[in-house]
This record gives sequence, structure tokens and C-alpha cells, in this order.
Amino acid sequence: MELAKDISGCGIAGFINTDGERISGSDIVDSITLMKDRGNGLGAGFAAYGIYPDFKDFYALHIMYDDEQARKTTEEFLERKVHIEQHGGMPTRPIKKKRPIFFVYFVQPREQSTKGESEEFRIDESDEFIFKLVMFINENIDGAFVISSGKNMGVFKGVGFPDEIANFFRVDEYKAYCWTAHNRFPTNTPGWWGGAHPFSLLGWSVVHNGEISSYGANKRYLEMYGYKCTQKTDTEVVAYLLDLLVRKHGLALHTVAKVFAPPLWSEIEWMDDKQKELYTALRMVYGGAMLNGPFSIIVGFRGGMFGLNDRIKLRPLVVAKKGANVYMASEEAAIRYVADDLDEVYMPKAGEPVVAMLTDEAYEKVYGIKERTYV
Amino acid sequence: MYEIDAKGVYYRDLNERVRKAIREHHKDIVLHNVCGQYYIGCGLNDRDVKLTINGVPGNDLGAFMNGPTIIVNDDAQDGIGNTMNGGKIVVYGNAGDVVAYSMRGGKIFIEKDVGYRACIHMKAYKEMNPTVVIGGCSGAFMGEYMAGGTLILLGLTKRDDKPLTGIYLATGMHGGKIFIRGSVDERMLWSEAVIVSPTKEEMKKVKSEVKEFCNLFKIDYNKVMDEEFVKVAPKSTRPYGHLYIPGP
Repeated sequence: MELAKDISGCGIAGFINTDGERISGSDIVDSITLMKDRGNGLGAGFAAYGIYPDFKDFYALHIMYDDEQARKTTEEFLERKVHIEQHGGMPTRPIKKKRPIFFVYFVQPREQSTKGESEEFRIDESDEFIFKLVMFINENIDGAFVISSGKNMGVFKGVGFPDEIANFFRVDEYKAYCWTAHNRFPTNTPGWWGGAHPFSLLGWSVVHNGEISSYGANKRYLEMYGYKCTQKTDTEVVAYLLDLLVRKHGLALHTVAKVFAPPLWSEIEWMDDKQKELYTALRMVYGGAMLNGPFSIIVGFRGGMFGLNDRIKLRPLVVAKKGANVYMASEEAAIRYVADDLDEVYMPKAGEPVVAMLTDEAYEKVYGIKERTYV
Repeated sequence: MYEIDAKGVYYRDLNERVRKAIREHHKDIVLHNVCGQYYIGCGLNDRDVKLTINGVPGNDLGAFMNGPTIIVNDDAQDGIGNTMNGGKIVVYGNAGDVVAYSMRGGKIFIEKDVGYRACIHMKAYKEMNPTVVIGGCSGAFMGEYMAGGTLILLGLTKRDDKPLTGIYLATGMHGGKIFIRGSVDERMLWSEAVIVSPTKEEMKKVKSEVKEFCNLFKIDYNKVMDEEFVKVAPKSTRPYGHLYIPGP
């Protein structure tokens, strides 16, 4: 009997140039496609940062529609809520299989909409406004899903192998200083277009290899803060937890890593008193945000990228550096395929985050402002 | 010498070409431009075949292998020597997670570091007695559920910010021997293993393996042997027996 498929496990890859130099998507496509056998054609996607320099002050909403009706309803809603600077169908190449339709909108909250005619949207701060808008569309408009909503970034994802999805979305024609990619092997949840990775909200995007066994607990925790899990896939909670912990609670990324992958109680026992107090407090306060189960994730955010393993390292992650370039991937070969002569290659320890950020000059060059924010 | 250019070759086709070369009685096979192809050397039986790999081989290198020698002139990925029965793997670089998982025979030499879960459930029976020598440092769970064989960890790449081993060292170990150059923090061990001094007889075996290691990687043997070794040994051959079978 010929085995149709004998390898399993998702593949992830990420790249950032910390000097902010933008490169085409071809390399990340090559890198993730080298690990084609880690997926099974039921999902792939890319997140790209710095792709819309001409609209860098606008929230770029990438929206996926099941049908024209969903588009009509959503656009009527958007016109009431936000100023749309420009919009249009996302550039795609023709494919044979049935697919949703994709549109991009460059928007800003309107003056009166932040003051708000309705209770729900009466918010002074634009990030919070866009967050509520995204949650509203995903939860209430049938057949419409906002797949990304950050400034000067975007997510391209769907059902297919990575090279097919890249070809469909013309990923090679975009230029970004940071790329992340995913190749999916769905295990517990359906392989549908919205369920492909990256999962994204505002500036955050997450690609993930593994499974979040604590999905139910995390989902309930997030619901208390107004996050609606609508994408039928565990990884969604990671993107929302990042937004909650960093944007709303103001935690540092290294602290977030220790919330997601906390040290074991036995390890906390060995720490000095100050550390013991910190890690005990984190585990008590953020028990609902702890990610249980095996994972390696690559997170993209405004101005950087970080990689993290679960606390006992049940999934692979390799990090490499060459000059201003930082690479992360499930397999070393995926990095070596696009960059052979590396300065450094290593596998980070369990629960130890690897953070790569744009330099200050690069951040200002890309975003036009000095002050850093993560979304 | 029979050369194969592996550039862009799909892993199944590459492994098929290796098998074909062996069927055609080639003994010295060199693979160039290898990049991530899985299962190289998987299940091969021929004792006199030597496979040289230039590039990074994919996961499960030498899995179920039963005879040949594999030389990797670069880093290796996860799962090398998975359930290997015989033969030899030499890696001139680092290796990934789960090195020598359930290995049952043969030898593996790794020049630098390995990832997590090296040699978990390695085992031995009569003349089948695997040996693994790791030149660098190791991640957590090394030798977990180890049932037999010999693991030697040298820690030659150890630094202040890079510990020799991680936690859960030899958890559930119930057979075999682990020799570690330098000292081990007792807290790294769980409750199934203890740290003792190796006997003279055991040091003879360690010395001969380290000598082979040093010859392979051109490392000064005397310098390596300058430091003391400790032995990690199981307390019991059946640490969990009482968990499942009611006592008398």
C-alpha cells in the first residue's frame, strides 16, 4: 500500500531585517516551501510588515468575504464607522478552486465615531476603536472575517500549500522588512480559509506549530475583556492574549513570554526571593493567560519579531543571525536554504523568548515617528 | 566514490537514488548540497557502506539504520539515529532534539551541542549496546527513561550562560550509564537516578570512546581527560513497578 502521507507537524518560518530594509516575499516563500511536507495543503499563510508605506498611518483591514452579500453588509457598516481613505480588491492570481473574496481597506476612525453615536463605540483611543470594530465584524456579520487590521502590515492566508497561497496573493510582489510564514497540518480544527495562520489583530500576528490545550481556559479569560474567538482555531487566542497583555496591560515582551510559558513550580522553588515573588505573582495573576500544550510560535509586531517555545520544548525552533538579518524556522535547513553563510545558529531554550527589533533609526524610517508602539 | 547532487531533489527520490547506488555495489557514496531531506540512510543494512553528507540533512537521519556509517559535514536536525540498530553516525557540528531516541545499537558521535531529549529510552540487550558521545552541551530531559547503553557528555562548549545539561536529567532512568565530564547539579536529577563516581573498569570504556571522539574531531585527548567524570546511574531497574502492580 502506498502511504499518501507520512509526515506531520506544522512548519513555521520568520525573517526580519533590523535595519528596516524591505525585501520581496520570495525568500520566505522558498524557506517555508522547503518544509512543504510539514503541512498537508489545508492551510498556509504569510504576515508582512512594512508593505504599505504610502498608507502607513492608516489601519489596513484585510477582509475575507464568503459572498457579495457579506461584502455589502460590511462596507455599509464600515462607511458608518470609519473614514475609508482607499479600498479595493486584493491583488490575486486566478486559481481553480473555490475561494473567498479578499478586500483591503485603509481606514482611520472618524472624529465623531470615536466620540461615538453608540454606547459600544464611544472610545477615545483609535487602537481600541479598531479592536472593537474587528471584533464586531467577526462576530456579527455573516461570512465576513477581518484577517488583519494593523498599520503598514498585512496577512495573506488560505487553504493550500504555502507556494500556492503565495502565488494566489502575489506575495512575491510585496516588500517587507519582516515576514512570517506558516505551513499547516490541521489536527483538531477544520482546515478553512480563516483558520489558516497567521492570526492577527492590530499589529500582532502569530504563526504557531503545536496545539494550545488550554484554548478553552484562554478563550474564557479573553471573553472577560471583550475578545471574541470566532476563527475556530486554538492559535487565535495567542494573538488576542498578546494584545491584552502588551497593549492593554503594558507588560514587556519578556514578561509576556513568562506568562505564556511560565517556569515550573519546582524551578520557581530554586529562585532567589525577588524572582520567586515575581514568578509566583505572574502565575497567580495570569493563570488564565498561560498557554498549555506544545508550541513553538513566531510573533510579528510593529517594529519587531519574537520566537518562543513552550516551557518543556515540545516543538522545534531554530534561530539564526547574519548581520542585520534574523531568521527563525522549524528546521535549520529552511534557513540555510535562503541564507547559507550565517554568523550564528542556535536552538533557543524552552520558554526563553528570542526578540529581534528594528533599530531606532530603522523604526523611524519605516513608521515615520520616533515613539515606539507594538501595535 | 559515487557522488549524488541533492540540490532540489525531493527526499523520496534522494533516498531512492541512495538505495539504487547501494544495489549497484557502490560503497562510498557522497551526497552534495543536501538541504533538509528527511530519512537519509533510513533502514539501510549494509555494514560496509559509507554515506557522506555535505549540507544539512533533514529529520530522522539514520532512523532504523542497521549497519552503514554516515558522516555529516554540517549541523544535523531533529531525530538522528531514531531507533537505530547498528552502524555509526558522525556529526561535525550541532544536532537537534531527540538524538538517538530509542537507539538499540551502534554509535553516534556529535562534535558540538544537542537539543532537548537526547538519548531518551535508549536501550540495550546482550550484544546490542549503543554508545553516544556528545562533545558539547545538552538540553533538558537527557537520558529520560533510559533503559540501556552508554551516553557520554563532554560539555566542551560550556559557558557561564550555557549550562552543561538541563533539568529532568535521567528522569525515569532504569538502565544504562551516563558519564558526564565535570560536575552536575543534583537538582537537575529527578528521583530515579543518582550521581556516583565511575569505577576503573567503566573509565576504561569512557577513555576508549573519548579517544575515538578526539580522533574524529581532532581534539586534544589529554585536555578532555583532564577533568573528572561523574556517572549518573539508575536507583532501580523498575522505578515505576509499584505504580501499576499492587505490592504483596
